[in-house]
Amino acid sequence: MGNNNTEQQDHFLSQLQDCANHLVEKLQSDNLDEASEMIHDLVEARNQHIFKSVGQLTRGLHNAIVNFHVDADMDSEPPEVNNSEIKDASNRLQYVITKTQEAADKTMDKVEAVAPIAMNLGLEATRLREEWHRLKRREMTKEEFRDLYNQMGDFLDQMDEGTTTLNKSLQDIILEQGYQDLTGQVLRKVIGLVTDVESELVKLMRIAGQVEQVTGLAKNPESVRDPNIVKQRDTVAEGPQINAESRTDVVSGQDEVDDLLSSLGF
Amino acid sequence: MKILIVDDFSTMRRIIKNLLRDLGFTNTQEADDGSTALPMLRSGDFDFLVTDWNMPGMTGIDLLKEVRADAKLAGLPVLMVTAEAKRDQIVEAAQAGVNGYVVKPFTAQVLKEKIDKIFERVGS
Repeated sequence: MGNNNTEQQDHFLSQLQDCANHLVEKLQSDNLDEASEMIHDLVEARNQHIFKSVGQLTRGLHNAIVNFHVDADMDSEPPEVNNSEIKDASNRLQYVITKTQEAADKTMDKVEAVAPIAMNLGLEATRLREEWHRLKRREMTKEEFRDLYNQMGDFLDQMDEGTTTLNKSLQDIILEQGYQDLTGQVLRKVIGLVTDVESELVKLMRIAGQVEQVTGLAKNPESVRDPNIVKQRDTVAEGPQINAESRTDVVSGQDEVDDLLSSLGF
Repeated sequence: MKILIVDDFSTMRRIIKNLLRDLGFTNTQEADDGSTALPMLRSGDFDFLVTDWNMPGMTGIDLLKEVRADAKLAGLPVLMVTAEAKRDQIVEAAQAGVNGYVVKPFTAQVLKEKIDKIFERVGS
């Protein structure tokens, strides 16, 4: 598509130069009728070129819409998007939030449920060990020994039951981490879509740029970019930094936060 | 010690709540953004505020500014626990009067240190 456009552009420019040269010749020889015909041809050629470029832009937009499977009701105002890959991507991202939330909740539920078991077994073990040492030091009466004997049996039962529950929960917690796989796949798809959208946008921008050039709408890009707009965005919340290491305006950990704050007198 | 935990993700509120409980702080309440938190702070006798930055509705930094501008709440210790890691943001939070800044993901140890430090200062 790009080459095709450049050829058209070159063709249009050479047509323009030819016409201009002829026009000067006609005017110099006072041939006004033919000169006005030339001007007419010139305008015609420019219009043709604009129509072609606009046509390409429209086709490009249409392709982009088809590629992203946008199913929209254009009659309603504003047009209502029933379905599209972007909408689908939003749903996928929502899914990631739901999945990760569920996984975090289930994991914490499991831990909260079994933490008391582990703690009680630990407390009981500590207590029995002290009793056991008393026995070894022969500081125990017959009655106390009989109690210890029974307590030992109970503890072994508790231990058996408790560790079974603990192992089951630990296993469940590991299984629960499967959300990473699921959400990772979904995120990869969304990343693919974002990349596609970007390349389609670049294509459209290229065509639009050519339309602007022939119609004289193009502005100096520097004047369009207002530095204040970029400045204002500085304190917009960004969420987790994915490439903290490669950015100098971002801290890469708590230590750097502490250094920065202490430099401010904290 | 009554603490308000403000974060739009319930998972994070729960994690912070659990960590605080381990540190012996059991009296906690939750809010999911600044605009829900502010009336709670104004009507309740909270001793400490733990807030995220990036939330829909009112953000944590705006909540902090509101708290500092409120005569009754101005002295409330505020700890920011957030994924926002830009230097400009940390400076902005410091200038707005934050008492501590913890970046996510964080450890229980870091949270404890910052809380201890805040109460050490407030107490002295």
